[in-house]
Amino acid sequence: MSVLTRDTAGRAGDRPAPGGAAPPGRRGWWTTRRRDQLAGLLFIAPQLVGSVLFVLIPLGLVVWYSLHEWNVLADTFEFVGADNYRAMAGDPNLPSVLWVTALFSVGLVAFNLSLALLLAVLLNQRLRGTVLFRTLFFSPVVVSLVAWTIVWGFLLQDNGGVNGLLGTLGLDGPNWLRGDTTALLSVIVVQVVKNVGLNMVLFLAALQGVPAELYEAARVEGANAWTRFRRITVPLISPTILLTSIITVVGSLQVFAQIAVLTQGGPGTSTTVLVYYLYQRAFQFHQFGYGATLSVLLFLIVLALTVVQWRMRRRWVFHEQ
Amino acid sequence: MKIRLTAAVALTALLGLTACGGDSAESDGPATLRMTIWSANEAHLKLFNEIAAEYTANKPEVAAIDFDPIPLENYTTTLTTQIAGGNPPDLAWVMENAAPDFVNSGALVPLDDTLKATEGYTFDELAPAATRLWQADGKLYAYPFSTSPFGVFVNTDLLTEAGAKAPAELISAGQWTWPNALAAATAVQAETGKAGLVVRDFDYKSWDYLSTVWTGWGARAWSEDGKTCGFNSPEMVDAMTALHKAIFVDKALPGPGTTADFFAGEAGMTIAQISRASLLADQKFDWDLVPLPAGPKGEYAVIGQGGMGVLKKGKNAELAADFLAYLTNPANSAKLAQFFPPPRTSLLTAETLAKTNPLLSPEQLQQVVIDGIADGVVKPSHTGQAELNQAVRAALDPLWQPNADVRSVLDGVCSTINPLLAK
Repeated sequence: MSVLTRDTAGRAGDRPAPGGAAPPGRRGWWTTRRRDQLAGLLFIAPQLVGSVLFVLIPLGLVVWYSLHEWNVLADTFEFVGADNYRAMAGDPNLPSVLWVTALFSVGLVAFNLSLALLLAVLLNQRLRGTVLFRTLFFSPVVVSLVAWTIVWGFLLQDNGGVNGLLGTLGLDGPNWLRGDTTALLSVIVVQVVKNVGLNMVLFLAALQGVPAELYEAARVEGANAWTRFRRITVPLISPTILLTSIITVVGSLQVFAQIAVLTQGGPGTSTTVLVYYLYQRAFQFHQFGYGATLSVLLFLIVLALTVVQWRMRRRWVFHEQ
Repeated sequence: MKIRLTAAVALTALLGLTACGGDSAESDGPATLRMTIWSANEAHLKLFNEIAAEYTANKPEVAAIDFDPIPLENYTTTLTTQIAGGNPPDLAWVMENAAPDFVNSGALVPLDDTLKATEGYTFDELAPAATRLWQADGKLYAYPFSTSPFGVFVNTDLLTEAGAKAPAELISAGQWTWPNALAAATAVQAETGKAGLVVRDFDYKSWDYLSTVWTGWGARAWSEDGKTCGFNSPEMVDAMTALHKAIFVDKALPGPGTTADFFAGEAGMTIAQISRASLLADQKFDWDLVPLPAGPKGEYAVIGQGGMGVLKKGKNAELAADFLAYLTNPANSAKLAQFFPPPRTSLLTAETLAKTNPLLSPEQLQQVVIDGIADGVVKPSHTGQAELNQAVRAALDPLWQPNADVRSVLDGVCSTINPLLAK
């Protein structure tokens, strides 16, 4: 991205001065450089138009809506200034919603990344059957999210498959989706099992890029497996760790379908994360203005976390010193 | 820079134009009306399509009428989202719990003038008990096409297998009471392993369906004026205590997180509306439909309603209102009556209903439908229902634990919803 910007900026700098521009149609105006520029623009146009139409404009509109009180049913759309933001500061539900969101994200990121790395390390061995297992762990990624979640909803019922399996082992499983802690845990696990394959594949690719000589040298020096992992593997795959942690954090803050299908934010409000709360306020309670305000908050949180992670990369990501 | 900007602007404009093109194409010519409904039942759709076909045959301005089924669970949310997204249907079914919001918000077109002006409509025979919820400032904003009492569907095969007395027997002995009904449900669960009694669609989330139980104890979710919380009244505490015991001690009802479908033969009894009878057409088990059991306060009935309204924001509001008048005229009301008990007093007789309800006997129709509509309590509804619904659901969740303290949970419900009721 940065390379591209610098490149185009450089070219913009050595364009002919405006005074020298000939009227269109003449040979002098239609230079090779201009033709290249047009070609380049046409190449990025589909992406650019898409971003403007479906990302930038909606983003601006959300901020605009957040300054209004908008009741769809009554068809009212009134400018209220910062009222929604003041209401948000005093919203009694918000602290609990943010706490649940934080718990969910931390649990999900920690569980997802460690499991993905573990699977990748295990499946990076030259053993029989690794291809089968790689396929097995990756396949949930391509399954439809809602279908996946509905099936898990059945499995996690009190008399469902999970407890049936536990029963054959002589264990009495809890009513997963009806207990405060187990409901949140269930949503996290369902989400991790669904998506862990993607991070696993990214880690696998990174692991295969680590030069074997380094391990040999370390072995000659007498380093044990753990030291080799910590001193060679982790630093060399750190760019991938950064990438996966950013996408997983951002993804964890956007979880919606799983909550909507499995728990609807309950029991109580124990699984009401920010996105689901936003949906309730906007689409169920018809408060679109306040819903937009909450989505501005979500945007700022995601932005802040991404900036922090990006800044921190210099500290610990290899190649970035 | 300029050329880049021009290109971007040109492209955006081009896309904008193509996007607008879709709208302008359907300016003239016959309109297609769309009506959102929450039933995907084939028999219902067949009847609606038949009536629509008759209508469009004599109405050149209307090309077709699309019935657009939306799942019940997300019905109101989906409808609102369509309205917000600038894609409102022309007509919509409105659930009774959303009635105050829709009626008072001005989202719907008042229907009185259109209906009264329709020849042979006999507007005056609409029962006031049925239209009350759908009126504001003396105007009717939605037509209550379905005023459907809750009854108990019984799988008599399962009850016989469990050695429980049939509800019909209990009724003739004057013993059809909640304790006896719950005892029969417990017997079904213990003897057959199937679920005893299922409050259909409740699923430990849609708590308003429990009004079919607590009304027997004389309890109400909130006062008539909607200002006072009723969840911690002594009647409600008694009703919920009985229910809690039935679920967690006697296993008369399947517990939270367990599903059982009566119409698939998985439960002994279910509390549901009469419109569900069509699900029993090809059933292999013997079944019966009886009124709700008597509670400590005696016999009672609860009704659920569905309204049909015309969206003000729809493109063809006038035509839509005209179609609504056709769909609900006396002749078509009589046809719809086989699924949806009509608000027309002339149709509310056992004989008339029996003609279109071959599955139900005249006694069942009299006991459950006609008597039910006459003195039924409508399921709870309130302005801002969605927010209240969510608040009550979350506050009631702790009740669905085996060791819950009923009284303190219900106190908690009231302290949660009091600020909302006061709004």
